[in-house]
Amino acid sequence: MTTIEVRKPGLSTTVQDGGRSGYYHLGIPPSGALDQYSLACANALVGNPGDAAVLEIVYMGPELAFTGPATVAVAGATIAPKVNGDERPVWESFDVAEGDVLSFDYLKAGARAYLAVAGGIDVEEKLGSRSTYALGALGGVEGRPLTEGDVLPVGSGPAGRAGLVLPVGLRPALSKQVEVRVVMGLYDHRLTDRGRAAFLDTEWTLTPVADRIGFRYTGGQLETVDREPPFGAGQDPSNIVDSPYPIGSIQVPGGVEPIVLHRDAVSGGGYMMVATVLSGDLDVVAQSAPRTRTKFVEVDLDTALRLRAERKERLVRMHAALDG
Amino acid sequence: MSELASESSTRGARYSWGGDEFVFVELAEEMSLQANFKAMAITGLLRSERPDGVLEICPANASYQVRYDPDVLEPHAFLAHLKELEDRVGDALGVTLDCRVVEIPVLYRDPWTTETLLRFRDRHQDPDATDIEYAARINGYGSVEEFIAVHSGSPWFTSMVGFVAGLPFKYQMVPRERQILVPKYLRPRTDTPKQTVGYGGCFSCIYSVRGAGGYQMFGITPAPIYDPTQTKPDFAEHMVFMRPGDIVRFRPIDRDEYDDLAAKADAGQFRITNRPVGFDLQPFLDDPDGYNKRLLEVLA
Repeated sequence: MTTIEVRKPGLSTTVQDGGRSGYYHLGIPPSGALDQYSLACANALVGNPGDAAVLEIVYMGPELAFTGPATVAVAGATIAPKVNGDERPVWESFDVAEGDVLSFDYLKAGARAYLAVAGGIDVEEKLGSRSTYALGALGGVEGRPLTEGDVLPVGSGPAGRAGLVLPVGLRPALSKQVEVRVVMGLYDHRLTDRGRAAFLDTEWTLTPVADRIGFRYTGGQLETVDREPPFGAGQDPSNIVDSPYPIGSIQVPGGVEPIVLHRDAVSGGGYMMVATVLSGDLDVVAQSAPRTRTKFVEVDLDTALRLRAERKERLVRMHAALDG
Repeated sequence: MSELASESSTRGARYSWGGDEFVFVELAEEMSLQANFKAMAITGLLRSERPDGVLEICPANASYQVRYDPDVLEPHAFLAHLKELEDRVGDALGVTLDCRVVEIPVLYRDPWTTETLLRFRDRHQDPDATDIEYAARINGYGSVEEFIAVHSGSPWFTSMVGFVAGLPFKYQMVPRERQILVPKYLRPRTDTPKQTVGYGGCFSCIYSVRGAGGYQMFGITPAPIYDPTQTKPDFAEHMVFMRPGDIVRFRPIDRDEYDDLAAKADAGQFRITNRPVGFDLQPFLDDPDGYNKRLLEVLA
């Protein structure tokens, strides 16, 4: 069995897959790859099921030694892999041999890259998933990001094929200026008309507070409607009686610095949420590096469902392009 | 359909889409046990139906949310169904919830939360007092001892589990005019010891893991409530101990008993005392003190 030895862990490299379901009511969020489309691409490039476990690499890649041959691929952020120092392309499968060392060049675009290995990263499943949920010390390797000396087992399965390339038209655009589609709602009635307009008209800037839990933006202040605080809510105008938080919901503590909750979200709390990012557009958020300029664009539910269907069709085209 | 953003049902609940995968329902703007009962009863009915396409059912204090797959469940039909469930539950006064009465030992004013709170005085309303001294004073109690007697004197209803894995929010089971109210920290701490007993707004909580937090810190329990390794005896089936509906009694303990119980917990020999009980809202509302007394007798 091939294993992968972690020589350098990178900034915050974690095992992630399609995520877990059914435990959010106990505070355990779905976790899983923040960019689910790139997860599916990386897996398809090496012949894995789309939701198999991979390594999620943030900003700075790890250094990994392989104890046996493997077929691997990198998708998502532009962070070129290197085999024994020789650069390999992103969005293309390639072979590594016993004793090879895989490292990474610096990040050129996007924020998160996905390293898939044919057979998948075969750590133990926890609550139906191999994904790491670090806040709860659950899944992945001991419930935490990789550290030096970790050994990752590679699953058995059909061997991958080197040289598969994802066509450029099926790769996500990676930009420092993005639009993120949202459905307004939840507690948006707490905003005045001016506050609502400011939310949608502001070009927000992603701060360095951008991790698997949430992404915090700066750039404006949202005006709230005056009120008597309801019993149990708290005194701040942005306080609500602690409620559940949808994945992708955007809360605005104090009316400043909106936070998009991502797949390791805190499952509830006492700050007003004013909109929810479309599930597919969470991939766009995932690929945002700090300082990315971001506009939140309102769509209605019917449009959201149409965009969801388009995303599904794109996944089908991606698989068709690679499975042929 | 964006007009749904604040659509209300005939009973006053507010329904909203949370993107393409969530429906969010606020049953009441204010916290009350009755609103929480509605959330429990509606989500309980939905859970028993197990409809295809429902992925997560999350009851909360006075609201709930459902994550669903809109490719399996047509959103508008699903929303209409949730409104039917709300109608079936009605005012929830006739609902009986299957609960547990749970005893949580607490070392109030322990050295670990005290050390932690001293590191974050710059984020606190009253930098010259400890969290529990501040809470006792602003709630009109003459001494911290008196405040502890009140905090541990009535049961608490677990109205929501979440924020992080396994963290219970607990609502004081006394009439509103007697409830303890304490603001959260001015700015959240970056550290809270594991198993801290905290307080924010009208809720007590137990921090299941170490981490950031904004609730005032009153003490610590030796009882683990979250075990992702599932090696401790209370966690053979579930890594999370606390469930919505758990009725908790905080039992004050001294340092010697804390050390004893903590050692037992480390050795995997500590079990949290708990008993099953049915809980009816109307008789509780009619006579909360009498009802609480009978509830806590099951622990004797």
